[in-house]
Formats: sequence, C-alpha cells, structure tokens
Amino acid sequence: MSDLFTTVFLGALFFGAVTAAVPLLLAGLGEQMSEKAGVLNIGIEGMMIFGAYTGFLGAYLSESLWLGFATGMLGGIFVALIMVVLCVRYGLNQIVIGIGLTLGFEGLTALLHHFQFSRTYPRLPAAEPFPIPILADIPVLGPALFRHHLIVYLALVLVIVMSLLYRRTQLGLNLQAAGDKPAALDVAGVDVFRTRTIAVVFTGAMAGLGGAYLANIGAGLFVPFITNGAGFLGIVLAMLARGRPLWVLLGAMLFGICLGLTTALQVAGINIPTDVIQMIPFLAVMAMLVAFGRRSSLPAALGLPYERGAR
Amino acid sequence: MLSPAHHPGEAAPIIELDGVTKRFPGIIANDSVDLALRPGEVHVLLGENGAGKSTLIGMLSGLLQPDAGQIRIDGKVQSIGSPSQALGHGIGTVFQHAMLVPTLTVAENLLLGGPWWRRPNKEGLVEKVETLAQQLGMRIKLDALAADLSLGEQQMVEILRALLRGSRVLILDESTSMLSPAGVEELGALMRRLVERGMALVFITHKLREATAFGDRISVLKLGRKVGEIEPGRFRELDEDTLMAEIVEMMFGIRSDDPESVAQVPGPVDDTIAPLFSVRDLALPAGPNAPGLSEISFDVRPGEILGIAGIDGNGQKQLAEALAGQRADAEGSITLDGAAIDGLTVGGRRARGLRYLTDDRLGEGTVGSFPVAINFFIKEVGAPPYWKGAFERGAAIDQRAAELIKDYDVRTPSRQTPIGQLSGGNVQKVVLARELAEGARVVIYNKPTYGLDLNNTLSIRQRIREVAAQGKAVILISTELEEVLGLANRIAVMAEGRITGFVDNGPDARMNVGRLMIGISQ
Amino acid sequence: MSAQDISTRPSTTEAAPEGEAGQPATPAARGVGKRLAMTVGPVLVALALAGLLLMALGVNPLTYYTYVIERGLLSPSGVQQTLTRMGPLLFLAAGLIVSFRAGIWNLGGDGQFLLGAVAAAASAPLLAMIMPAGFAVAIAFVIAIVVAMLWSLVPALLKGYQGVNEIITTLMMTFLGASLANVLVKLIFLDPGTTVPQTRTLPVADRLPRLFDTTISSGLLFGLAAIIAVHLMMVKTSFGLKLRIVGANPRAAIHAGLSVPKLTVAVFALSAGLCGIAGALDVLGVQGNVRADWNPGYALTVIPMVFLARFNGYASIAFVGLLSVLSIGGESAARRLGVPNDFTLLLVAIVLIVLAIAEYIDHRLSKAAKV
Repeated sequence: MSDLFTTVFLGALFFGAVTAAVPLLLAGLGEQMSEKAGVLNIGIEGMMIFGAYTGFLGAYLSESLWLGFATGMLGGIFVALIMVVLCVRYGLNQIVIGIGLTLGFEGLTALLHHFQFSRTYPRLPAAEPFPIPILADIPVLGPALFRHHLIVYLALVLVIVMSLLYRRTQLGLNLQAAGDKPAALDVAGVDVFRTRTIAVVFTGAMAGLGGAYLANIGAGLFVPFITNGAGFLGIVLAMLARGRPLWVLLGAMLFGICLGLTTALQVAGINIPTDVIQMIPFLAVMAMLVAFGRRSSLPAALGLPYERGAR
Repeated sequence: MLSPAHHPGEAAPIIELDGVTKRFPGIIANDSVDLALRPGEVHVLLGENGAGKSTLIGMLSGLLQPDAGQIRIDGKVQSIGSPSQALGHGIGTVFQHAMLVPTLTVAENLLLGGPWWRRPNKEGLVEKVETLAQQLGMRIKLDALAADLSLGEQQMVEILRALLRGSRVLILDESTSMLSPAGVEELGALMRRLVERGMALVFITHKLREATAFGDRISVLKLGRKVGEIEPGRFRELDEDTLMAEIVEMMFGIRSDDPESVAQVPGPVDDTIAPLFSVRDLALPAGPNAPGLSEISFDVRPGEILGIAGIDGNGQKQLAEALAGQRADAEGSITLDGAAIDGLTVGGRRARGLRYLTDDRLGEGTVGSFPVAINFFIKEVGAPPYWKGAFERGAAIDQRAAELIKDYDVRTPSRQTPIGQLSGGNVQKVVLARELAEGARVVIYNKPTYGLDLNNTLSIRQRIREVAAQGKAVILISTELEEVLGLANRIAVMAEGRITGFVDNGPDARMNVGRLMIGISQ
Repeated sequence: MSAQDISTRPSTTEAAPEGEAGQPATPAARGVGKRLAMTVGPVLVALALAGLLLMALGVNPLTYYTYVIERGLLSPSGVQQTLTRMGPLLFLAAGLIVSFRAGIWNLGGDGQFLLGAVAAAASAPLLAMIMPAGFAVAIAFVIAIVVAMLWSLVPALLKGYQGVNEIITTLMMTFLGASLANVLVKLIFLDPGTTVPQTRTLPVADRLPRLFDTTISSGLLFGLAAIIAVHLMMVKTSFGLKLRIVGANPRAAIHAGLSVPKLTVAVFALSAGLCGIAGALDVLGVQGNVRADWNPGYALTVIPMVFLARFNGYASIAFVGLLSVLSIGGESAARRLGVPNDFTLLLVAIVLIVLAIAEYIDHRLSKAAKV
C-alpha cells in the first residue's frame, strides 16, 4: 500500500510539476530578455493569453500541435509589436500600456471565445508524449520526467541557449547595455530601439508559446482567463533571477512543484485545499526577499524610454 | 609645447561644417556655424557653458540632426543620421560623461557594436589593444569592470575604442574637466601622438591654458555663433599671453585678463576668533561607487570662507551630505556655535542655521515638475506661517514667493511655472533664496557655479562673499581651482575621502594646492 | 518615470493640478477645455473602435451601447446598481491615487481588497450577535483596515528600508492574498449552516443602510467622501505635499530632510487601508458574505481609470462612474444580448491606450509649435 502510494504520488507530483513549470519557465525567460534590455514588460500577461487563444485556434483548425505552437508565438508577437510601437518607439509609460494590453487581450479573448467556442467547447486530443529512450523507462521518475511532449525538452534546452546567448554573443552584450546604459550602446553604433525591439518581440514569442502550451498541452482547450496570472509570475521570476536563465528554471520548478503537489495530494486522497499549497511558492519567495532583500540590482534604465540626444 | 611633425593647416579637411544651424525650443543652439577639421591638427573649441559646443558635437556624432546647413565629409555632402553612421564616417567621440556600460568589462565595452549574432572576438581584441596601447603608451585593464575604473581610465578606454574603430576624427568633449593635473598632461601628450598619426582632433575645453598648450587651431563659440578662429600660422607666432588675451577678447568681448580670476586675494581671517563650525574625525563607510570619508577635521570661523579643493569624485559630495545630515551612517562630531549637531536630522540642522546648497540643482535640489513657488518651501513643508495645522496657506506662500523672486532676481514667467523649465542660473537663484533668505549661519556650497554662464557665475560668487561678510561661516566645495583661489580665506585639499592638507590663501596658494592635489605633500 | 502623467514625458497638463492660484482665467479655462477634449475625444474614438469589433462579431454596436446606457444609467434599477457599485471602486481609486502620486506602484490592491472583504465578512456576523449591528459593522471596518494594512507591511518595509521593487512584491502579495482569502473562507470562517463554501452571511437588516427609498448603498457616500478627502489631502496639506515630493523626486525628498522610508510605509498603510475598506464595503453593504473563489479583480480594472483621471480625485469620480455604468450595463447585456461582460475590459483597455497615444501626439504637436 505505502509503496504504491509513494509511486503514484511521486509520479503525479513530478509530472504535474513539469507540466505546470513549463509555461512559467517560458514566460520568465521571455520577460527576462525584456528586462535585461530595459523594458518592464507588464503586458506579458496579455501576450500570454492571446498566445493561448491563437495557439489553440491554430492547433484546432490545423489539427497540428506544432502549428498551434507557431500560431501561439505569432499571437504573442502581435501583442508585443503593439508594445514595441507604443513603449519602445514612442516612449509611452510601460506600466500603463502593459496593464492596458493585459486587460484588453483578456477581454478580447474572452469575447472571441464566447462567440466561437462557448457552445461547443472543443477539445484537442491529448498530446502525444515523446518518451526519451532509456531514461523514460526508469521506474517512477521515467514516466514523470521523461515522457512529456517534445516542446517541454525544447524549453529546457532554451535555458542553456539563453545562458550562452547572454554570455557568449554580441547580442547578449547589446541587451545588457540597452538595459544598463542605453546611451553607451547608441554611441557604440548599435540601435537601441532595434535591440529593445528584438527583446520585446522575443518576450512576446515566448509568452505566446507559454500560453499555447497552457491551452494545448496543459488543458487541451481554451477558456477565458486561462493564464490566470502566469504572465505576472513570469515577471516575478525574471525579476528574482536578474538576468540568469538557470535561476528562472529553478524558480519555475519551485512554483511547478507546489502546483504539482496539489494534483498529487488529490491523487493520494489527501484533501488539502489547493490554495494552501499554492501559497507555498509565494511564501518561499517573500521569505527569501525578506532574508536577502538587499536592493535587487535591476537594470539601471529599466522602465525608462530612450531618447537620443535628450537634453 | 611640442611642435607638430608636419605643418597643420595645409591638408584638405576631412570634415567641413557649412552654415550649420540647430534650434531647440526657445533657443538657437548653433547659428550657421562654419568649421573645418583637418588631419594632423588639434582643433580647440572654446566657449562658455551654453555657447553651443555640446550641440555641435551632438551633430558631428550623429546624436542630433542640423536644422539647416550642410556637413561635407571628404568634400562630399553627407548626413550623419545616427551614431553608427558617424562611426562609419570615421568620427569617434569621447563624451564629457563616460559612455561605458558600467556592468560590462572593458573588453566587453570595446566589443560592443559588432554583428549581433557573432561571438565577441576577444582574442583578436587583446592583440589589437596590445599593439595600440604600446604605440601610444596607454595602460588598459581589459578584464576590469568599467564601473571600477577611474574617470581618467574610462576616458583612455573610450579613446582606444575610437581608435579600434579606425576613427580619422576624434572628438574629446571636456575631457580634462575631471582629470588631475598629471592626467591632463598625459592626455595632452597622447593627443599630440594621435595627430602625428594623421588624425584630426577636436578638443573642447573651457580652460585657456589647456587650449594654448595643446592646440594647433582655435575656434571660439559664443551664444551659438562662431565668433573667431585662430589659424595655426598665427597660433605659432603669438606668445602665450598675447594668444590668451586675444581669445579672451573673442569670448567675452572685453580686453582683460582671465575674467574669472579675481584680482584681490582674500587672506586668512583672524584665528583668535572662536570657530563657529567645527568638525572632528568625520568618517563615512565607502559605497559601491563612491569613496568613503575618514578623519575629516576642520574649523570654520565666522566670516571665513573655507575652500575645499580637489579633483571631482574624491568624497566632496559625501562630505557635504554628511555635514547636512543626509547620511545616517556618518560618524564623528560636528558642532555649530559650541552645540553638537551630529545627532540631529537634516531638518534639525537646518533649524540651527546649517544650509547646504547642492551641486545637483535639478536632480535633488528642486522638484522639476513643481511650481517655482512651492520649490522655495520644500525644505520646510508643514512649517508656519506657510502651513496652518496641516493645511497649505496658498496666499502666504504666494506672497513670500513673490518677494523672494524679486529679491533674488529670479527670471520666471510666473510663480506657477514648473521650475524645471527655468534656466540653470534661475534655478540656482531659487535654491539660494531658499537657503539664505532666513536664519543661515553656516553655509555649505557644493560647486555653486557649475554649469552657469559668466554673468550668473560672477553674481553668485559676489553673493558668496557677501554671505561671509555678514559673519556667517562658509564652506565652498569646488573643483574649479580659480574659484577657490578667488574666494576662500583658507583652502583644504581633498583626495580619496581625506583632507590631505590646509593652505592659507596667498600668492603661493596656487602652487601649494596644486602640489597637494597631485599627491606631493608640502 | 513621471508619476503624474500618462505618457512618460512631462506634458503641459503636469503642473496644472498644483496651479490653482495666481493664474489668469482665460488660459486656465482653455486648459480645462483642452483637458476635457483630450479626455472625451479618446473615449469616443475607443467606443468607435470597440464598436467596429462588435460589428465584426455580428453585434450591432448601437444596439449594444444603447442597451448598456439604458441599463447602466437610465433605468431606475440600473442606475441604483451603478451607484452602489461605485462605492467600493471609489475607495480603491482613492487608495491607488495615494500610492501612485507618491511614486509607489501598489499593484496589490486586489489582495488587500479580498483580505479586507474576508476580515469584514468573518467578523461582522459574529459581532452582530453580541452587539448592536451599527457597532458590529463599524468594528468590522476597523478590522478590515487593520488586516489590509498588515498585509501591505512586508512590501512596505522591503521598499522603504531595503529598496526592493514594490511591483514584484505587491504582485506576489496579491496572488498570496487571493489564495489566503480562499483558505480562510474554506477552512476557518466557513459558514457551518450551508454546504456552499462561504462565510456566514450578514443579515440584510444589519448591513450598511440604503439611501432613502432606493437600493443604493450608503457606501457610495463614503466612497465619495473618501476620494474627495484623499484628493484634498494630496493637494492641500503638508502631508500630501511630502508624498508628492517623494513621488516626483525621491532624491529631493532626502535632500529636503523628509524621511522617505517612513513616508513609504505610511503610503502603503494608507493605500492598503483604503483598498481594505473597499473590500469591507462590498461585503457589508452589498454581498453580505464572501464566497470561496470570489475575486472580482476590481483593483486591476480601476488602475486604468486612475491613470485616465491623471490621479485627480474629482476626475476619478467621473471615470469610476463610467466604469460602473459599463460594467453594470455590460452584465445585463451579457444576459440579454449575448455579449459577455468581458467586453467592458476590452473597452477600458482601448480607452486607456487611445488616450496615451492622444496625449503623446498632443505633446509632440505642442513641442513642434514651440520651435
């Protein structure tokens, strides 16, 4: 009995943890690039929800999950481009526009959902997992960690890619300069607007992908407000990780495990309200901030528009 | 002065400005300026603050676009639409304020600007930097964080960056303003080596001695117009004094010696008078980007002006903040008229008559978006008679503001104009009025004339003398040696957060202060 | 970042709230007229844009708007609901104005609202059993205020004394608060008398009185009083001026000898307290209890209104009124016309973005005119 309990419990815990962590990871990695480049992207929740909608729509119409991910990314990029024009190009207040985009696309997707899907509630078939050879056959951990959709592993690879990008490429240097001293980047001959545009568009793509994952893999359907603050959590993760992709992964896993725990406990028949467990990661992060909360070294120009030759 | 290897003034110009004009709301920053930059020449641009030097540089470096006139490069009309186009034309600029990313290393800063997908080529960089640094006698710490470099070192890095980019034209914008005398000499020698390689240098300064020592050709700007130019031929013919007199006439339209230096030198005050303000063993821990303070002790007597000289960034600002009570982590004793004030807050010290005029007038001295009237009172919010209970008394504030505007000759469209819209001189007058109008006993000035035009500079210096003459104790922090020598009775020199020595003002003071500043003790 | 203005660059409207005295009448009147045009214009443009979207979805926008206005503003029962809804929203707006004007981005209003609501819902019915209802309700308000203030204490101390960015901490506290509110409702303050997870219900008779013979809750009057008081506090008192100095230029505040950490904590307490009252008001005046998983997300929706009003209390009343009409009318339209209430969110967002763009263009034009 206790053996079976442990197996089922751990399986559900880790499988749920990974499933829950992936969208947060994607959102966090995306937001991280914007913040590195000096754009506080509060609109990421809007990018995510629109990505969830377009991703679901694409997958539903094309009957291909991969096309769904592509349309999800495009949806996120669409919202990001609005942000680029208003905040990067014309320097409008990033918080105002961010909140506006979030509310607007929450409303829009709810509206579209109502007119398109609210009678039929179409579902996608369960995603085909991609078992990693050998590893997937490890008892307990195998199915929990190594039998996910391919996109999950790609998200993990992305963590390494981002680390290399930030440390080993010109773009990494440019992004950091755009966030810490945009004027210095400008006089070095690199277009600050273009650098920040790349960052915000990347954020949109990752947020859109994360949203599409939530709808297509996590839920198998689109419902209004499906992101439920995942984008905001991405902001929190990015701010805590301060430019280090691996920390985003660790943070996303912390939140993921707590969310996985809620499912696992239900599987195990222990009835604790999910809310109690959902509080744990926030409590952990707040405790960390209280303990080590010396000024978080955010980019110096975070949230500030750049104007060339401003007097 | 070194003689140039080949005669400047003959080669065809690399860049010519022809009738270039640039307007900003309310002012014409550059009014049809002509300028030619030739290889092998150090072209000095002289002018007061607000003469339009920075605007001109902005247009050459691609940050600003001219409203009229044309720029010819190698004889062809070109536009310099962005900094990267400027770099493409071979124009490198070292700005007055460091343009390095503080969180990147020197090497990374030098690598900024490559194709974005590329891996930064550090190995290639090391090789090139070593060759160049050797040729020019520079020392470059490639792996140091830019934030950890001194200002002089940062400038070297920026010059190196311009050279790495293959610049033919190098613009140095007030590069000596934050250097030690030795650093200035070093920069001068470097400039000479660079023009010997055939570069065209633009050297902007407002110090005449540097202009005559390092230049080949001098152009003078005044209120946006070019008011004169001295050709290399004439430049070489004239001796230094004649040259200076000629430049001064161009700049100020009056024949005189350096108008900023003051004829009468104040002597020391009677040291039998009891000090009004005493500091003993003041100390402050160092911050991440700022020096700390240690073992600072001095007295100021009533009627005395104590000058604090030193190169910028050696703890002067921290000293002023610690004295004013803005630093909670300061240790040591401070007494005003015999009573200890080191336990008091900013407001408490102000109430005792201590006044601090910050050098950062818009950054911390005032609230730019608030009306002029309110800015007179932001250090006494809630105090009667301008507030009654918790409530603002608009009439009392307006009436007093009108008086202060008149008394201190603040030129403002109205009392309700946001102070950020006023010129620097008028903002400084508001600050002066706020600090000096009532109850001042000890006044700390931090760079009181920084960024002001000559008129305002002279009137503010006069006010400093008047304040001391009223029997107040004055502490004058300044990086302009002339200012300190012209005003102070006694001069303390600061270096690395300590006072390295005191000098009584007098004929030998300049030399003695200079020696202390470059680290040769008396 | 300018806390006074919707676009980041300073604009001509920025100093206007301070500039009451000593200005000649004509430019001031022109200024007011211009501001009115700059506000109404974008609202109309946004209505048109959103209308196009409705048309695309096969709904006649005129029918929809007419219906919303009829239900939210013109019908007797609708207007009463609208006015009742304004009460809590005004308190939220007041709380947000205090913090935004002081340059503090309190994005945790929803968490503070919910905990205030739960605190009031948990205490009022029990207190009403042992004391007169009026006292019970008053004490419940006090408890709600204290709880909401305490909830903001950690972000306040972190911001004031450690410089930790408040956007991140208040966002986290709002998620945490929503979960905690649910835990409290489901586990601790559960009404034993019903199977539905909710708190005990305060009898209608014990709730805040209604105005005259209407169904309008007296919360409206409290809300109006609160936002006017906050506005006057910000522009007329020394405390308000201190907060505005901190918001406009924190370094000037330190230079002027203001205790920025203490003022920061005070701002959080005030802002959170007002948001907590909003929650309590909704429970004690309208809902009577808190159901599990209840989170109307009012604070996030009120943020755009406060921005649109440029942190001016009087203008906020108008915008909160507009939001109430739209949401009450929208709720009704959702049932009758089949357009979900989420359309309101979209509309608010479009107004906000159009206004930001309009202000930017206006700023560019006036800058160009000066050259």
